[in-house]
Amino acid sequence: MFLQEAEKTFQEKIDSEIKIEPKDWMPEAFRKTNLRQISQHAHSEIVGMLPEGNWISRAPSLKRKAILIAKVQDEAGHGLYLYSAAETLGMSREQMVADLNSGKAKYSSIFNYPTLTWADMGAVGWLVDGAAILNQVMLCRTSYGPYARAMVRICKEESFHQRQGFEILLILSKGSKAQREMCQDAINRWWWPSLMMFGPKDSESTNSDQSIKWKIKRKTNDELRQQFVDMIAEQIKLLGMTLPDKDLKWNDKTKHYDFGEINWDEFWNVVKGNGPCNKDRLIARNKAHDEGAWVREAAIAFAEKRKSNINTKAA
Amino acid sequence: MNIKITKYYYGDIPEETTSSPSSKPNTVDLGWPLWEVFIRSKQGLDHKHAGSLHAADAAMAIENARDVYTRRQEGISIWVIESKHIHASNPDDATMFYEPSADKIYRHPTFYDLPDEIKHM
Ligand SMILES: [Fe+2]
Ligand SMILES: [Fe+2]
Repeated sequence: MFLQEAEKTFQEKIDSEIKIEPKDWMPEAFRKTNLRQISQHAHSEIVGMLPEGNWISRAPSLKRKAILIAKVQDEAGHGLYLYSAAETLGMSREQMVADLNSGKAKYSSIFNYPTLTWADMGAVGWLVDGAAILNQVMLCRTSYGPYARAMVRICKEESFHQRQGFEILLILSKGSKAQREMCQDAINRWWWPSLMMFGPKDSESTNSDQSIKWKIKRKTNDELRQQFVDMIAEQIKLLGMTLPDKDLKWNDKTKHYDFGEINWDEFWNVVKGNGPCNKDRLIARNKAHDEGAWVREAAIAFAEKRKSNINTKAA
Repeated sequence: MNIKITKYYYGDIPEETTSSPSSKPNTVDLGWPLWEVFIRSKQGLDHKHAGSLHAADAAMAIENARDVYTRRQEGISIWVIESKHIHASNPDDATMFYEPSADKIYRHPTFYDLPDEIKHM
């Protein structure tokens, strides 16, 4: 009886756009879904540092190196904002990190693709951050308060990520023949995985639209994906490059771009853990965590020492 | 591929129903406490809650807050306080707690009906 009443009041709050805060009553499934989604999002930011971190030492100029460091540093910050939001739902940071490192927790599959050339830094910023931004702009209005606030902060920082990526490609597109080829090659390799970021087709999903009803999400995968295709299909004209899809064309009836079928076998394969870099990413995360153990211990020891110094002085 | 397809939204990958490797037991808990961060964005304004972070002590919390919450000159002053020291009102009591002020409309300047000619009030 209480539960029904509480769920009704809860849904009424959602329907009238009142945000849910950590101490408010919420259905267990709402807590679980948010916890899973927010922690996966946090993991994606953290693992997402690896493919770009790969090019920091080899950036073509000091300017590009500084930009790339700033971007990767932002992603670390995004991870922190999101872990903090997830912690308000009752899971400890240590547990989340342990779940990521053991392979139990998921993160965005896009980061299981390798960054082979400098042009990949452009394609990642433009396409991968571009796809993420569409999702994140929507999530600024998500119903769980701490998640929405983290998203607002993140979105403010993201637009430079996409712009610097496009600029990298723009410069390459005006360069030598080899540079133009490198630019096109990066676009070819990143286009389809970027489309996969939006998840399975709406028609593939069997459950009810609970996330939409609870306003955790406000747009479906296909809606977001279409928005992305429409945006990129126009922007690429400025690069004088092409997207690797022969079925891509403007549809005058729908006022959207039509596009070809995604390779769903590849999609599920990477989700399952068999992408080109799944193993490397986890090895890198575990290595960083293990090698950082002494730093975490030293910080505690130092904090204790500092505290006891203050105490002796006071005595 | 035996992933069961459930509703799978962008950024919310369902748990695998097949046995997933269980996580390491939570033994590495170093217990860096949680801190709440408050930032004054410019001189003359209040400190506003910006978020939270873990740190070994207050000095480290301030340094980390500088690194994560003020990378684009969002602030000129930082307060941190260990989260456990914050006491909060109970959301379940919200009605009881805040409603009494709803019927005290005379606390608002618009309650008073004064002639239009009156100036500077
Ligand atoms: Fe990010
Ligand atoms: Fe980003």
